[in-house]
Amino acid sequence: MKENKKTYWKGLEELTNDESVIRNAEREFPEGPSTLDGSSRRDFLKMMGFSLAAASLAACEAPVRKAIPYVNKPVDINPSIPNYYASTFASGGDYASIVVKTREGRPIKIDGNELSPISQGGTSAIVEASVLSLYDKQRVAGPMADGEQVEWSALDAQVKAQLASAGTVKIVTNTILSPSTEKALQQFADAFGGAEVITYDPVSAYGITKAAEMTYGSAILPTYHFNKASVIVSFAADFLGTWISPIEFAKQYSKTRKITKEKPTMSRHFQFESNLSLTGANADYRTPIKASQNGLAVLALYNAIARKAGAATVSGAAVEVEYLDKAANELWANRGKSLVVAGSNDPNVQIVINAINDLLDNNGATVDFSTPTYFRKGNDAKMNQFVADLKAGRVGGVVFYNCNPVYDFVNGAELGEAIAKAKVSVATNGTLDETASLVKFVAPDHHYLESWNDFNPRKGHYSLSQPVISPLFKTRQAQESFLIWAGNDTNYYDFLQENWRTSLFSTQSETSSFQEFWDRSLFNGVYAVESTSTSVTGSADVSAAASAINRVYKADNAGTELVVYTKVGLGNGTFANNPWLQEMSDPISKATWDNYLTVSQSWASEQGLKMFEGATKKAKVTIGDKTITVPVLVQPGQAKGTVGLALGYGRSKAGRVANGVGVNAYELLTNANGFTSYEITEGVSVELTSDSYKIAQTQTHQTYMDRQYVIQESTLPEYKENPSAGRDFPKVYMEGEFVKPNKISLWKGHRYSNHHWGLAIDMNSCIGCGACTVACQVENNVSVVGKEEVLNRREMAWIRIDRYYSSPEGASSNKELEAAADNPEVIFQPMMCQHCNNAPCETVCPVAATTHSSEGLNQMTYNRCIGTRYCANNCPYKVRRFNWFKYHDNKAFAAVNVAQNDDMGKMVLNPDVTVRVRGVIEKCSMCVQRIQSGKLTAKKEGRRVKDGEINTACATACPTNAIVFGDMNDPESNITKMLKIEDNNDSPTKEVGEERAYHVLEYLNVNPNVWYFTKIRNKDKSEA
Amino acid sequence: MSIKRSLLSVPLRFGYVMMFFFLLLGSGVMAANPEVSDSEEAISAGKSIFNSNCKACHRLDQNNVGPALRGVTERRTLDWATKFIRNSQALIASGDADAVALYNQWNQTLMPAHEFLSDDDVMNLLAYIEYGDKAEAVAATGDGGGAVAAGGAGVPSEYLTIILAVLVIVLLLILIVLGLIISILTKYLGTQNLEEDDKEFINQRFNFSKLVKSDAFVLIVTALVVALVAKTAIDGLYSVGIQQGYAPTQPIAFSHALHAGQYEIECQYCHTGVELGKSANIPSANICMNCHMHIQNVGGQDGMSPEIAKIYAAVEENKPIEWVRIHNLPDLAYFNHAQHVVVGGIECQTCHGPIEEMEVVYQHSTLTMGWCIDCHRQTDIKAQGNEYYDKLVQLHSGSKGSLKVKDIGGLECSKCHY
Repeated sequence: MKENKKTYWKGLEELTNDESVIRNAEREFPEGPSTLDGSSRRDFLKMMGFSLAAASLAACEAPVRKAIPYVNKPVDINPSIPNYYASTFASGGDYASIVVKTREGRPIKIDGNELSPISQGGTSAIVEASVLSLYDKQRVAGPMADGEQVEWSALDAQVKAQLASAGTVKIVTNTILSPSTEKALQQFADAFGGAEVITYDPVSAYGITKAAEMTYGSAILPTYHFNKASVIVSFAADFLGTWISPIEFAKQYSKTRKITKEKPTMSRHFQFESNLSLTGANADYRTPIKASQNGLAVLALYNAIARKAGAATVSGAAVEVEYLDKAANELWANRGKSLVVAGSNDPNVQIVINAINDLLDNNGATVDFSTPTYFRKGNDAKMNQFVADLKAGRVGGVVFYNCNPVYDFVNGAELGEAIAKAKVSVATNGTLDETASLVKFVAPDHHYLESWNDFNPRKGHYSLSQPVISPLFKTRQAQESFLIWAGNDTNYYDFLQENWRTSLFSTQSETSSFQEFWDRSLFNGVYAVESTSTSVTGSADVSAAASAINRVYKADNAGTELVVYTKVGLGNGTFANNPWLQEMSDPISKATWDNYLTVSQSWASEQGLKMFEGATKKAKVTIGDKTITVPVLVQPGQAKGTVGLALGYGRSKAGRVANGVGVNAYELLTNANGFTSYEITEGVSVELTSDSYKIAQTQTHQTYMDRQYVIQESTLPEYKENPSAGRDFPKVYMEGEFVKPNKISLWKGHRYSNHHWGLAIDMNSCIGCGACTVACQVENNVSVVGKEEVLNRREMAWIRIDRYYSSPEGASSNKELEAAADNPEVIFQPMMCQHCNNAPCETVCPVAATTHSSEGLNQMTYNRCIGTRYCANNCPYKVRRFNWFKYHDNKAFAAVNVAQNDDMGKMVLNPDVTVRVRGVIEKCSMCVQRIQSGKLTAKKEGRRVKDGEINTACATACPTNAIVFGDMNDPESNITKMLKIEDNNDSPTKEVGEERAYHVLEYLNVNPNVWYFTKIRNKDKSEA
Repeated sequence: MSIKRSLLSVPLRFGYVMMFFFLLLGSGVMAANPEVSDSEEAISAGKSIFNSNCKACHRLDQNNVGPALRGVTERRTLDWATKFIRNSQALIASGDADAVALYNQWNQTLMPAHEFLSDDDVMNLLAYIEYGDKAEAVAATGDGGGAVAAGGAGVPSEYLTIILAVLVIVLLLILIVLGLIISILTKYLGTQNLEEDDKEFINQRFNFSKLVKSDAFVLIVTALVVALVAKTAIDGLYSVGIQQGYAPTQPIAFSHALHAGQYEIECQYCHTGVELGKSANIPSANICMNCHMHIQNVGGQDGMSPEIAKIYAAVEENKPIEWVRIHNLPDLAYFNHAQHVVVGGIECQTCHGPIEEMEVVYQHSTLTMGWCIDCHRQTDIKAQGNEYYDKLVQLHSGSKGSLKVKDIGGLECSKCHY
């Protein structure tokens, strides 16, 4: 095997071997307070004496507990038996078809709906976490007028009367995917003199829809088919993380990244971007470019392809972009099965992108304008006009339908001040956010899990959402409010059904009963209409677009450029008040509870900024007359001369969790010819201040030794030659020869006569999105600890995604550091308890609180644990977590750990999993509660467990199917086939035939039940 | 409640006994309508219909909520019986004399309509009523006889006490006799000329204080006391949190002895979740109302029984009945009823004790981990006919002893703690 010469590092401090990293790597548990403010250890002992006495007295009399049955038990609700309902998650244009798990009438978990051709069973961190937002105590409890609680009837009367006399009425909304909602809004608009509906999106794609209109005649988003593309080129489109429909794109993309010895083909992915995005981190070739060069790079690509196609080239300033020619060559070689996308909101760039895809015959193959997608309908120009009208007092009445433009639109503050100029202002927002707190009437909408609705995300594709719980507050579905204000007393459910009866019922021929059609659609959650679409052709004036691009973009911009982006966790900030999302570590920076200015290592070196262990300085960012102060984070891969800042933070009225976390980057956005610009290339100044700050990053927290035994990777050409390429085969010396480590063991080994559970994780398709981490948190009642405790390295995540950078060599000098951090390769590795068959933790526990099961699981028994933490010390993978505090029912954590502290938040807890107490260790259980429940179902039916019937939360959530769970004793199971296990005997050591499969730290012979598949990069051999 | 119950049970018991005699008298005389089939299939088909539709109120050979049914085709015409089964209320409304008489005789309790039963169903049902479960009749007679013969079977506890007392008296008598013998012998020896040594031996006095002060005695007593205190303390500590025998007063004086014991209502009829999942379910008020729509009092009282009125109140006010939970496992332990009842085939009584005899339910078992584990050690897997266990049984066939819960991981932590 070729020696892997790469250096792997989790953070820059590790690359430079900063002494703090070495110190902390050796020490399992950081020093730090183990008591909260107020009482010391001595107080604790004093109190212990008393409480022991008190407890022993109190223990004599057990509390009386009640068992309260229903008065009239609903037929389909049985205590302890979960019910599942198909529904739809939609927030603005962000869409996922979902299945909601409810227990005793409470929704507790969201999974993807596999019947959906769009989201295909995948979810994202935001979708997974959205169930907690339902139980947010700070939702608006009922209708409000002028800041006072009122009755619905009173509100309706006032709103109706005042809107009728207000004059011009405008309705402001984010993208609406629901045809019935649009119809209800239309009725409302008609009732108030043809009120105009103005749609905007916090993260706009107006440039794309505008370009589509100019090229093909209709302002829509196309349908993308990443799965049909052999070559993918993306200009700053983070399609795996945040761009338009990331769940769908990740599903499609992952299909091109699954490789086997028999089918060693995969797509090749080029990314040209300024910030290191999740998509860029997964690219085979990534080139950091300045935002100011973006348009020119697109033009250069157009010209390169036009030359090959014999089409006319356009003028474009010369710009040197690495791998651009290579991308052009490969695109041309894969005409009709390649795809070029751009994230830019500049319509001129998008026109050129359309032209490139046309030249490549991709139109109709990988990008389909004949099947419009409706995820973004926002029109920045109209919205800007609206703001101007409002400021000028030309708007009499304004209705904000579940949108928050005061926070998330350009110049939101001005909009906020102007709201008072309207005679009537109404918001249907569910929380008193930045916008709703400024309006006269708040008519709070239900949470989406309490609502009926329909969705039309794509031409011919429909889905339904249904309430899975009775409304928790005195809220009312916004559509019903609109209907009532329009004088229509139909309830929205009937309205919705009537719509389906008239518009969709006739499109199918399977049943003649509407009820049957409705029930089936509701049960499936989705409904598709067969439609034939003719290919769309058209062309826009590319040379005009080119000259516009030449005016705006520069090949040699000297100034600093700010590129505003969205994070995978928090997105556009709508769900900022969700602590699960706040504490989810960012896939790239691994930072929690903050946004920050990402800067390149060279900028940091220039400024003399050295960042370690999250300690950094703040910087002042000035654009025009706006200045904000924000901490700086040195981000490897950041294009030189650019800085990045995430949207979604800096909320002031989101609620107790999000208020004051980070800074609001929307304030810095500018408006370029009616298009919101997320790339500010001129007039940006960044000035480092002397204020120090700590960013809570988890990246180096669980550091362990010897990366080459952890990360094993290769390139496609090498893999084709040798399927074991990149693998490390450690050998141990025994009795005169070198043998595999598993030939030597102190242990006799377990016997697994029944099941042998295991996980297979394909690092080639893991994109690092972190949906699994949130899914695990929801499923297993994992505590949120808050920023301070993350800084103390005490986060509780059972599954983390280790993100490693790699570069050819280590770095000791600044120069080398810059070179290494310039554009490192990135690799993601989901890491959870490895359920070792020779588990080091089990042997050191003095009270046998962690033991091995006869099914291969490493069991953790909280009620037996006494908290010595020996096990965590002895774990080579650093996956055990210690409860330093009681995180539940503890005022100190009430503001962050809402799911375990207030009576409402607790409704989201999984009743099948214990909430852990202070002083015990916890860790991944491989979702043993699901295993037990699946086995019980099989036993009750007198059969063996079917493969796929039991699945862990992480594997279910994974949008790329990178995590596969199963029984390695079952010869028919997917995991057995993936690993090519020859002999499904009851031995814990399975002989695995798959060359790519390996154990992390194999030489230790702890013999895990979690297998990893090598990462294969589609790079040319010479560049490996 | 218990007083009422016993008052009630006297005439009922008497009724059974009387009925038993009538049955004996009548069995030779009564003959079923010849049209009713006595084939095995008809009887077994009829049995399932009976169990799912009739059993809540009727028995074959005993009066229950409704009359005993065997012999009905003798007493009535087939046509009449069919009509009555299908829709008794219509028959009563039509003014049928027999039906009205029956209705009045049974406290005007309405029988639900069963119009979904086909002609064949009714005939099968009648077949079962006439010919099914003769064993039940025998068992019923056994029960009837049992009440009378209860004194004869087994050794009642009061006899044990008497035997013990007699034994104690005998022992005391022996002691006295022995003492007398000693004193007589001593006196006799005193009159004899004896050697000095022997004299000393006879005249020695029992020195109590010396014994008390001896090291050995102190040591033994101390050890005993320490052991006793320790045992009490340890027992006391082990009993912390154990609520065996816990029998709180419930909001409704519901008697399992009446419902499960006397009326033999299946446990699952009310505890609907027991075969589905973790919780057995305390029945919701609507389940109570299935029967108590018709039964509003006991033993011929007038008006509605105050306890039953509480169910009506709960339903009317839509306010759930707040039962006091008796069996409380700590949150850290996961227990699933379906696993034990459906898969393991464990009887309810194994853990809950003689529930069908409880006027007030109490916690029968300790519900400690040791208790769980002991059972897992001793209990065989119910593997027959369950494909899930086939491989395990096959693998186990080489070892001695049957396949127990402990052999397939029944003692592992994560079976109950997660």
